[in-house]
Amino acid sequence: MADSIFRSLRDGALEGELAPTLTIKDSIASPFSIHIFSHILLQLSSHFAAQKSHNTGIVIVAISRSPSFYADLLKNKGLELASSSKWIHVLDCYTDPLGWKDKTRKSGNVNVPSEQIPLDATSYKSVKDMDKLFLAITDLGRGLVGENKSRFCVAIDSLSELLRHSSLQSVAGLLSNLRSHDQISSIFGLVHSDLHEERAAATLEYMSSMVASVEPDHHSSENFLSEKNFTQGKFNARLKRRNGRVRVLCEKFKVEAGGISFASVSAEDVTTVAGLLPKVQFNLQLSEKEQIDRAKVVLPFEHQGNGSPIQIYDGRKSLEESSSEGAPLSRGGKKEDSTLGEIIYFRDSDDEMPDSDEDPDDDLDI
Amino acid sequence: MEHKELNLLTESLGLHSNNNLYGRFVLVEDTVDTSAAFVLHHILKRTFSSHPSSSVIFLALSNPFSHYDRILRKIGCNLAAQRDNNRLFFIDLLMLQFPDEGKSNHNGFAAVFEKIERVIKALPQDNMKFVTIMIDDISFLEVAANGSSNDVLDFLHYCYTLTSEYGCAFVALNHRDIYLNEEKPDIILEMEHLADILVKAEPLATGLAKDVHGQLMVLHKQHGISPVKIHNFHFKVKENSIECFYPGTKI
Repeated sequence: MADSIFRSLRDGALEGELAPTLTIKDSIASPFSIHIFSHILLQLSSHFAAQKSHNTGIVIVAISRSPSFYADLLKNKGLELASSSKWIHVLDCYTDPLGWKDKTRKSGNVNVPSEQIPLDATSYKSVKDMDKLFLAITDLGRGLVGENKSRFCVAIDSLSELLRHSSLQSVAGLLSNLRSHDQISSIFGLVHSDLHEERAAATLEYMSSMVASVEPDHHSSENFLSEKNFTQGKFNARLKRRNGRVRVLCEKFKVEAGGISFASVSAEDVTTVAGLLPKVQFNLQLSEKEQIDRAKVVLPFEHQGNGSPIQIYDGRKSLEESSSEGAPLSRGGKKEDSTLGEIIYFRDSDDEMPDSDEDPDDDLDI
Repeated sequence: MEHKELNLLTESLGLHSNNNLYGRFVLVEDTVDTSAAFVLHHILKRTFSSHPSSSVIFLALSNPFSHYDRILRKIGCNLAAQRDNNRLFFIDLLMLQFPDEGKSNHNGFAAVFEKIERVIKALPQDNMKFVTIMIDDISFLEVAANGSSNDVLDFLHYCYTLTSEYGCAFVALNHRDIYLNEEKPDIILEMEHLADILVKAEPLATGLAKDVHGQLMVLHKQHGISPVKIHNFHFKVKENSIECFYPGTKI
């Protein structure tokens, strides 16, 4: 899964097409999208770091995580940060998104502790303005890969924050501008889908060629346990192809100390089923011989009839029978008919109703 | 025995060995039936005792200083002395109210934030790492901002940036049930997404009980890349301490 998504993000769009866009959705019940985001980011950066040519790069738009978070992430993965400035750059919308700190720093002559981030970061101070943000992103990317044909990837770590600061229209405008920019190879972003109206989530989904959503694993959602680690979840991805074909993928993921790992759902299920079976004392499976024997067994009523319609008495005369009952008259009194027993019954009187519903014992005096 | 049981809260918050709250945002949520103010008091006390150069910036919106002073004195911590030693910076915001003219909320919150940042910057360089910022409680911030939750969230984001910039701890209390039945329960969810550690206090699911005052859920969300961890236990608020225990273990 993650591979096909990763490949299309890495390879980027063909010339003259919109850049492939991945939206990662999650909700408060399963807050793992940052794990998926980091996973993809790490894969892409290790790919770019390994490339000699350095004609590609990543611009991280950090809104909900600090640049130092990304520095730690890359460092833990063992990527060399010294050379990272060639292919990665952080647009820091996190530290001072509205310019409050800037104001205080200008007014008072306080010493600013220079935060030591080994990553290249540029601060950005007016998150509410999407046009400016677009210019800042493209400027950074151009600075990273140069003016020529080489392209870069854009990672936005919280579209939700952007939606909070600005209207849906302007965020959609930003995304569509980014997608159609010729130097941008691919875009991926995070959104907390439970924070927005459905139309906002739908808009973002329309604008992305791939949508990945993280859902909680229902097996592990027992509510009241004294202590529990949540490490698993379901990962659903929808990939839209150029011709409109849609591929839906469903996988499971597991978060571990080292990162995140994916497994296909079916493989997981087989192992859980196999893990459950030995606990049952009885043999629930049939052997081949038993199956053949079982097929040979003749069920009740199946042996009757021998070809002619099987008649099962249901307490009433069937239509067929009643028509043959009327026949004897025309047949002119066969011998066998006369030998048949006959019940002759005369009603005692007219007031005795045939098969009356009356309780025959109602005159009893007990 | 008492001491050990108390540690359940300490342990679940990661306070026991070293104060692990530094660099994190702890959001405490409670309900009308079950107040979680004691979690704040507990963290406050632990913070002062954990490190000699630790300090607390307390934004009080719901109660005056004397209230906290009395409570903390009962559980063995002298707030007035800490304040005189410049370890507690008590910012009284009881009368905080921004003028109701649209944009000006921003400047108001920026001013409050500036106040916090100025306190941190005035500290010696080594002590900056051991600052805890505490807000009691967020709902009053919203009142002060004339109901503009976006401005409150901006303010919280700025406070949150201090956790990564200086390595501060950021602890805030909020009420959960005041956001119930709202069409868009944005602000509480937004804050839950922001929080690194979520502490939820709820009344006992099975109804009122004499010996159990409520249940606490401590949820460690990602810090870096790590699994989500959850702790559930019951608590009983006593006169000058809290008793925490696992469900069913109390005789």
